[in-house]
Amino acid sequence: MAKKIKLSINGIFVEVEHGTTILDAARQIGILIPTLCYHKDLCIAGNCRVCMVEVAGQKRLAAACATPCEEEMEIYTNSLNVLHSRKQIIELLLSEHNADCTSCFKNGNCELQKLSSDYKILKQDFIRLVPLQNYTIDKLSPSIIKDDSKCIRCQRCVRTCEELQGVNALTVAYKGDQMKITTFFEKPIHSVVCSTCGQCINHCPTGALVERNYIEKVWDAISDKTKHVIVQTAPAVRVGLGEELGFEPGKRVTGKMVAALKRLGFDAVMDTDFTADLTIMEEGTELLMRLKAALVDHDPEVKLPMATSCSPGWIKYIEHMYPEYLGHLSTCKSPQQMFGALAKTYYAKARNLDPETIVSVSIMPCTAKKFEANRPEMHDSGFRDVDYVLTTRELAIMIKQAGLDFLKMEDAHFDRLMGESTGAAVIFGATGGVMEAALRTAYELVTGRDVPFENLNITPVRGMEGIKEASLKIENPLEQWAFLDGVELKCAVAHGLVNAKKVMDSIRTGESNYHFIEIMACPGGCLGGGGQPIPTSPEIRRKRAEAIYAEDTGMTLRKSHQNPEVIKIYKDFLESPGGEKSHHLLHTHYTARERF
Amino acid sequence: MTESYQLKRADFIFKNENDWEEVMSKSFSRTPQELINELISSELKGRGGAGFPTGLKWKLTAEVVGDTKYVICNADEGEPGTFKDREILSMVPFKVLTSMAVCGYVIGAKEGYIYLRGEYFFLLPELNKAISEFEYYCKEINVDFTIRIFMGSGAYICGEETALFESMEGKRGEPRNKPPFPSDFGYLGKPTVINNVETLAHTYTIFKYGAKRFYDLGVQYSRGSKLFSVSGDTPKPGIYELELGMSLYDFVDEFGDGDTKAVQVGGASGFLVPRKRFQETAIGYQGKLVGISLPTGGSMMLFNSSRSMYNVLDNYLEFFREESCGQCTPCRVGCQQLLKGIKAVKRGEKKTQYLDKLLRLTDTMKLTAKCGLGQSVANSFSSIVENFREEMIY
Repeated sequence: MAKKIKLSINGIFVEVEHGTTILDAARQIGILIPTLCYHKDLCIAGNCRVCMVEVAGQKRLAAACATPCEEEMEIYTNSLNVLHSRKQIIELLLSEHNADCTSCFKNGNCELQKLSSDYKILKQDFIRLVPLQNYTIDKLSPSIIKDDSKCIRCQRCVRTCEELQGVNALTVAYKGDQMKITTFFEKPIHSVVCSTCGQCINHCPTGALVERNYIEKVWDAISDKTKHVIVQTAPAVRVGLGEELGFEPGKRVTGKMVAALKRLGFDAVMDTDFTADLTIMEEGTELLMRLKAALVDHDPEVKLPMATSCSPGWIKYIEHMYPEYLGHLSTCKSPQQMFGALAKTYYAKARNLDPETIVSVSIMPCTAKKFEANRPEMHDSGFRDVDYVLTTRELAIMIKQAGLDFLKMEDAHFDRLMGESTGAAVIFGATGGVMEAALRTAYELVTGRDVPFENLNITPVRGMEGIKEASLKIENPLEQWAFLDGVELKCAVAHGLVNAKKVMDSIRTGESNYHFIEIMACPGGCLGGGGQPIPTSPEIRRKRAEAIYAEDTGMTLRKSHQNPEVIKIYKDFLESPGGEKSHHLLHTHYTARERF
Repeated sequence: MTESYQLKRADFIFKNENDWEEVMSKSFSRTPQELINELISSELKGRGGAGFPTGLKWKLTAEVVGDTKYVICNADEGEPGTFKDREILSMVPFKVLTSMAVCGYVIGAKEGYIYLRGEYFFLLPELNKAISEFEYYCKEINVDFTIRIFMGSGAYICGEETALFESMEGKRGEPRNKPPFPSDFGYLGKPTVINNVETLAHTYTIFKYGAKRFYDLGVQYSRGSKLFSVSGDTPKPGIYELELGMSLYDFVDEFGDGDTKAVQVGGASGFLVPRKRFQETAIGYQGKLVGISLPTGGSMMLFNSSRSMYNVLDNYLEFFREESCGQCTPCRVGCQQLLKGIKAVKRGEKKTQYLDKLLRLTDTMKLTAKCGLGQSVANSFSSIVENFREEMIY
């Protein structure tokens, strides 16, 4: 349509599309302009003023992130004016920032620290403005720690919470020197509408928002000889962990990760993927039961669509925002909590261990999992089902602390009993994965045939589109599922809570008539979770997703019901999907919460 | 001094407005293009302080294709030392309403808003009465135009046009990135003309008497008359309509108390002029051939020798520290640093050379702040510190 715009940056000519910002134009020709408030996932704010550049003929400097290119612009990104101003702005930011870097959790991965290092701010003349007043660090949430003294008011968290998640738990309050990022009535973060998804942490350039870490507790447990410490790892961790330890995004490090965990001293290294397969058995059964209740029994109480319950951020969100729809959630616990409940029952029995001596640790791409493990109802084993939840980032820290050369680590295998998994479980880590896994199993259960997609790849539910829809017509089912003959199973997949909201609103208004919806709180699904390596971007998430699907393709078993350990647990312990024991250990209930 | 430097009183704004119906119907009988040309040839510039050519603003917005457009009258009058808009709205509201409707006609807008400063709530009853009378007349002559009042809530920053839109949209009053400008993307993302109260009152004058009458007032680049809010150490504080282009010397001659040490032109965000520069300083827009030209939203604060310039600056900086929206770094942190900085120098905690670092900081703020607020803090700071450095230290 519109013709291209020609301009010059530092004397280099460049042609760009209409609407391209100076920042992007410069990147095209290899000129990197530093930024802080800019993030690829978010709308342009233009408030940190670090990316200022000089435009010939203009009195003032322009913010490169927020200024569209114009014909014949002549831009200078490194003029003396620019350098002096930029340096002074970094100095200003440092003056209001608690720059006690050595005692900061983000030390080494802080964008402000990097800028101050790049621009060599060696002398801090400006008057220290922190702490502005008596402030307390908000440490009350089991997931997120918020330290306002480290906040540089770039509002990335606010935009994340609003644009990606539609939650608006974090917002800007007051003005001038009092301006701050806070919550409703400045309540602690655990008591407001926050879903604990941790996307704010992933998007925070400094250490103002970090996860509550349990690294010390886990080291203590490992070194305690009276404890049997077991660990489970979520599917998305194996495609993210490498980024923290020297690999490019998209590198699968499953074997190295298992080896590292063993070297850290865990007594057993098992896989959340095992309970992901188990989830499919339970959730798939639940879906078929609900369909039967609706189509055969015409039960008016049955709630459809059924929604997945694997993502604890999504669970907390629906509890706050759509409490009247809690009946639509699958009663299945998330794979993490299924694992926790089984670890201190099934595993303890099989290994002849006193469950009291078991410490159950999970490695998750997620901060909401910390909250989930902390929920009072998650004690079905008679103990706290999951004791400590570490993020992918925390595991990387432990690996570094232990001095393990991750790049050279030999591959190792998960331990038996709860370590076997299928490709269907791995793809839980990507948006659409649970749906795909469920369809692979449910379709086969009902018809006795494979899902009608090439190579089992249900491509309509894959990809990074915010909301994906698919329908699957059931033809010639097995005899006991005859009532499903000709039924077109309608599904929707959403990731990022802002998309969850759209799906929920379409259900509320009756615009949609889905049977089954998969919702993941984080953009891209768990692979883009709030506990994954920082930075994140659409590009990085795409690479992680590719790795997940490659992992699936590479596995011999790709359907949950084929998992031999799953078959074994039903035979030895649980009896049948949806059975009494399953109900006790693998299913849960939800709590309506306030909407502020 | 040339003749044009002398102080000349004018009397247009507050002259009776009983003829507004006439001005209205006369304007509506002309084409939008004629009205734009009239405004352009009058060389009227925005009277809020920034001085953007009003005719051009209307023209740009008229040229944008769009079904919905808005006219907004900026009555947030928050600049310390400015109180003229209040008087216009209480004395001659129909001039403003008429100009808004004419603007609506020119650009193709059917809705107008008055963004009224929160503290001016006492104007509401009379203003609402005027609006209903005005809208009644509009209906009579088949003009489809409504005017609503939007009350501000007291934030200085909401006088900045894009922050004002955000405020009206129910969001936090924070300036937007520009471009896009209001003529393309204003209130609710629609093409919008936003004019200061006084600007609209002047357009009334222009539509009534024609551009020439207005153009003949003032000097080159600074045409027409302007209201001045005179305050401080003066025997006759108040609002005066004067032709633009007068020298500050003549102004002080008229309004000073005989002991004027300095004049703050343009409020807290304006410039301080010391006595030694009264002669060479003229009041008007940039672009004059001789001397210094200072634009102003109309605030003229006179200080006599009993005043400490340190206290004056301290007061301004307190104001900015509190009234910065807090969004962009140079303004939010810069204002705090300036205020703490001069205090530290005064107390001897920082060396006097620290003032030079602060002056460099104001340069950065001028270059990098997101909106006019942060950019203009430098004005009062550097003009006070450079001219009264010793008062900052001792």
